[in-house]
Amino acid sequence: MSTTAVHGLWTVAAGPVDRIPAPHIEYAQLAPTLIVVGAAVLGVLVEAFVPRKARYHTQVFLAFAALASAFAAVVALAGAGYASGKAQVAAMGALAVDGPALFLQGTILLASVVAVFTFAERHLDPKAHGNRVDSFAAQAASVPGSDSEKAAVKAGFTTTEVFPLALFAVSGMLIFPAANDLLMLFIALEVFSLPLYLLCALARRQRLMSQEAAVKYFLLGAFSSAFLLFGIALLYGYAGSVSYAAIADVVDGTVARMDPALAASTGNDALLLIGGALVLMGLLFKVGAVPFHMWTPDVYQGAPTPVTGFMAAATKVAAFGALLRLLYVVLPGLRWDWRPVMWGVAIVTMLAGAVIAVTQTDVKRLLAYSSIAHAGFILAGVIATSKQGVSSVLFYLAAYSFVTIGAFAVVTLVRDAGGEATHLSKWAGLGRRSPLTAAVFAVFLLAFAGIPLTSGFSGKFAVFAAAAEGGAAPLVVVGVISSAIAAFFYIRVIVLMFFSEPKADGPTVAVPSFLTTSTIAVGVVVTVALGVFPQYFLDLAGQASTFVR
Amino acid sequence: MENLIALLVAAPLLGAAVLLCGGRRLDKTGHWLGTLLAAVSFGIGAVLFVDMLGRPADDRTMDQFLYSWIPVEGFQADVAFQLDQLSMTFVLLITGVGTLIHVYSIGYMEHDERRRRFFGYLNLFLAAMLLLVLADNYLLLYVGWEGVGLASYLLIGFWQHKPSAATAAKKAFLVNRVGDMGLSIAIMLMFTTFGTFAFGPVLGSVGRTSEGTLTAIGLMLLLAACGKSAQVPLQSWLGDAMEGPTPVSALIHAATMVTAGVYLIVRSGAIFNASPDAQLVVAIVGAVTLLFGAIVGCAKDDIKKALAGSTMSQIGYMVLAAGLGPIGYAFAIMHLVTHGFFKAGLFLGAGSVMHGMNDEVDMRKYGGLRKYMPVTFVTFGLGYLAIIGFPGLSGFWSKDKIIEAAFAKGGTEGWILGGVALLGAAITAYYMTRVMLLTFFGEKRWQPAPDPDTAPSVEPGIEVHPGDMPHPHESPRSMTIPMIVLAFGSVFAGGLFSLNESFVTWLEPVTSFEHGHPPIGAAAVTGATMVALVLGVALAYAQYGRRPVPVVAPRGSLLTRAARRDLFQDDFNHVVLVRGGEHLTRSLVYVDHSLVDGAVGGTAAAVGGLSGRLRKLQNGYARSYAVSMFGGAAVLVAATLLMRGV
Repeated sequence: MSTTAVHGLWTVAAGPVDRIPAPHIEYAQLAPTLIVVGAAVLGVLVEAFVPRKARYHTQVFLAFAALASAFAAVVALAGAGYASGKAQVAAMGALAVDGPALFLQGTILLASVVAVFTFAERHLDPKAHGNRVDSFAAQAASVPGSDSEKAAVKAGFTTTEVFPLALFAVSGMLIFPAANDLLMLFIALEVFSLPLYLLCALARRQRLMSQEAAVKYFLLGAFSSAFLLFGIALLYGYAGSVSYAAIADVVDGTVARMDPALAASTGNDALLLIGGALVLMGLLFKVGAVPFHMWTPDVYQGAPTPVTGFMAAATKVAAFGALLRLLYVVLPGLRWDWRPVMWGVAIVTMLAGAVIAVTQTDVKRLLAYSSIAHAGFILAGVIATSKQGVSSVLFYLAAYSFVTIGAFAVVTLVRDAGGEATHLSKWAGLGRRSPLTAAVFAVFLLAFAGIPLTSGFSGKFAVFAAAAEGGAAPLVVVGVISSAIAAFFYIRVIVLMFFSEPKADGPTVAVPSFLTTSTIAVGVVVTVALGVFPQYFLDLAGQASTFVR
Repeated sequence: MENLIALLVAAPLLGAAVLLCGGRRLDKTGHWLGTLLAAVSFGIGAVLFVDMLGRPADDRTMDQFLYSWIPVEGFQADVAFQLDQLSMTFVLLITGVGTLIHVYSIGYMEHDERRRRFFGYLNLFLAAMLLLVLADNYLLLYVGWEGVGLASYLLIGFWQHKPSAATAAKKAFLVNRVGDMGLSIAIMLMFTTFGTFAFGPVLGSVGRTSEGTLTAIGLMLLLAACGKSAQVPLQSWLGDAMEGPTPVSALIHAATMVTAGVYLIVRSGAIFNASPDAQLVVAIVGAVTLLFGAIVGCAKDDIKKALAGSTMSQIGYMVLAAGLGPIGYAFAIMHLVTHGFFKAGLFLGAGSVMHGMNDEVDMRKYGGLRKYMPVTFVTFGLGYLAIIGFPGLSGFWSKDKIIEAAFAKGGTEGWILGGVALLGAAITAYYMTRVMLLTFFGEKRWQPAPDPDTAPSVEPGIEVHPGDMPHPHESPRSMTIPMIVLAFGSVFAGGLFSLNESFVTWLEPVTSFEHGHPPIGAAAVTGATMVALVLGVALAYAQYGRRPVPVVAPRGSLLTRAARRDLFQDDFNHVVLVRGGEHLTRSLVYVDHSLVDGAVGGTAAAVGGLSGRLRKLQNGYARSYAVSMFGGAAVLVAATLLMRGV
């Protein structure tokens, strides 16, 4: 080896290495997410350093302040034009700041605020040893029924960790619909899923069922994540990039440069189709579409009801946001391939959700199946592949989240000695004993059923109109049929509440504090407002329906 | 100036709102407020009228656009008004007669504890009726149309404690529904044909539309007119509507609302002109009703029902005239106005008589009242002379023109229609003379007041003890003054309108006008009318003036008995419609039970069964859920690949 060669080696080794470029982060545009993440981290510190007695109030305040200011940040961003003209991809292309992202983030934050109210409710359960308690286990680590659990209850412990957990989940959900590359998508998925698994396990009553639900959710969630991850790998193999824009370029055939190392696999349609299908599957799992829905009833039933409401609303918004972005930004060039498949999924989802709900006897399971059917309706809007389709889905999600949180909040009120009385037979004659509660629940049920003058009607009308214009008329027919089937079980509950004799040992309706009251009130107001004056909100969703690429 | 148009409607509407929502506080003053607002509306109408007169004949239409009611792409429904000569005529009639009847009602309803509500309804009626005639499109007209229907329903059933009044109100409402259906279908046809409801574009584009469509629209409009104006075959409600307080009968069921059908037909003249078939049907309906009402009017002993038959018959004249086309439109409206005066006057007179006679309505129990109620007698008498067409009085000018125009229609139709109109004039003279003789002449046939328990038809608030003999007396000033004013109208309006053909000239820009030339000459027609008049009066005098009138009605001839039963209108409706409807519903119920319920029940059972099976898939084991997910993913991937055919 000659000296020059040795020297050459040396100089190469010692020469300036290609440094990892410092990413350029647009902090202001990412403020909503950053605020929530920051508050979540602070919440962990609160758990560590703030005395036990003060934790509850500190955490509630922190969570509320964080969510409210994050919402303010979303509004400010939208007001500054990021929802329309100034839409851009931030953080080195990892996150999109555009209309759909901001609209959905705003929806998630508002839904989370009212959901956190139900988390913080402490007036429903009777006092345990003189301490007010919420819906969560005294000490999550103690074995159900054990001495340590009893000691924890006696000591008046409460699991105030739920607030930082919820904030972490919210932060993941904020990223999910904004994620603009596949890795970000996966990370966001895990960031919001893991806290949710934990939250599901934290019910104060029927802890075994709650833990079972959490384990099932975790196992199936991990299983679906694996599919998603595999799909991401295949898509990377196809396009040589995980960025949405880059994949879309390859799909469109307008790719600028090809990575020579990947030349062998790039543009291989089998990779694209299989990878796309698997990523879709991962997202369909989260929205609860058939046949990936089976976790939904068990988890909805087992989880603490406030968590169920939060999960049913916010997760669905986030997951549909991600699904929309994937289908509209990454795979629009492929829509002749995915549309028929999604047609099938939507049809099966609408019908199965509605049909199975007919024989349910537990109100939480009933609402779970109802949420499956609604996922099908929303999918019909997604399939429209038009601007109108996007705006209708955005509107539907906003309308649906408030109905859902409100309905589950009402469920927390109807109680007997064993906690919440979720068996439908116990709801018989509720309208005679507690007309207001029953009437409010009836409003939510009518909204679920899509009766005019409720938000459910406006939303359903919007998605079906978009689907019909997008050439999916048969889907609309199926949608209307399953709406008819679904109306049966919603109305049946109303009939049960108002036209049946109350049972002697029936449940009582607990008197909530202003927290749950305001959650329900917000639910009713939004439901009626979006039903009577939908136009403003439809316009808003319409303005926010363009994806940045 | 056109900004005043909305105020015409707004004033009585405000009155209705205040009176109906104001509560008991207004019990003492409410009737004054209602009357004042009606008068305000009349005042505005007069101002607009003077303004209109001051402008050239072809520039008299005023428009006022208020707001866009239902702005949807391709479907524009505006709240906009159009005031032209035709609307103006109606505005003055409605507000003028309306105000007089408000004044009359102050006295008439004095003892009624729900007087405030009564005035609220009257104001509501005025507002709706003005909306009807001022609307510049058919949809807004429909709003007014339904509004007057509602007011009519409320006022017929005003004494709702009487089952007969409640039933009558319901009957009127139901029969009117049939007509309203016609109007709504006509409006829908207009929208699909012309794409708009506004009078201008609809009537302006008639020339470019097929005659079949126009005939369909015309017949539907005629159906609507039949319902509102009590024309055969939807005439049956008007007689029962007399259950309402007498001022209501005068205002709504004689002078204004029942003429809305005539307004509709004249307003839609362009459609009928372009469809001779529809126009002929209009004329036939008018001619049939003219005879129908007149015959019914001959047999009724109830003074109000006799007048109701007469109203039906007179509106038949107007519809007949409207069915003659441009040679008749102006005379239809002219007769409408003169009829508004003399018929309102006759009804108010009848109310005055009833007021003095303990609310007795049976003319066989009147007799000789001319000495006791001189003002009522004179005003009623002038109304009587006007309606039978006594030369020089209002009815003479308008009715004679209609008969002439009917003859001028030409051909066999002309002879038949003209003959019917002439015969109608004779019958009119007969039954009105009968009413006059029975009420004001002859012996006193007064009966003691009936026991309210057995005859609960007595209006509330009036103290009548069973067995009391009536003490007929002249009514208070508030009632006689409107009667006197209306009597002036009955006497002079027709002559004034005919002076230099002023009325025809006034309406011509809107309705267009052609001179009709009867085949036998106008003078001959007038002569024939006079002969008919004399014959009718003479016959009535022979029957009721020269012989004592029995208090209990004799059995009478077959025709009399048929006429007493309104020529079997209710029997017909009952057999054909009610029975038919019952059979139809029964068979539908059968189909519903056996087929529909079977299908529904079967579907429900199928869904339930399916649900129960599918539910078992949800077995609670995470492993089987995972299998289903795996299977689902496999299907998803396979389907995606299959779509591409890779």
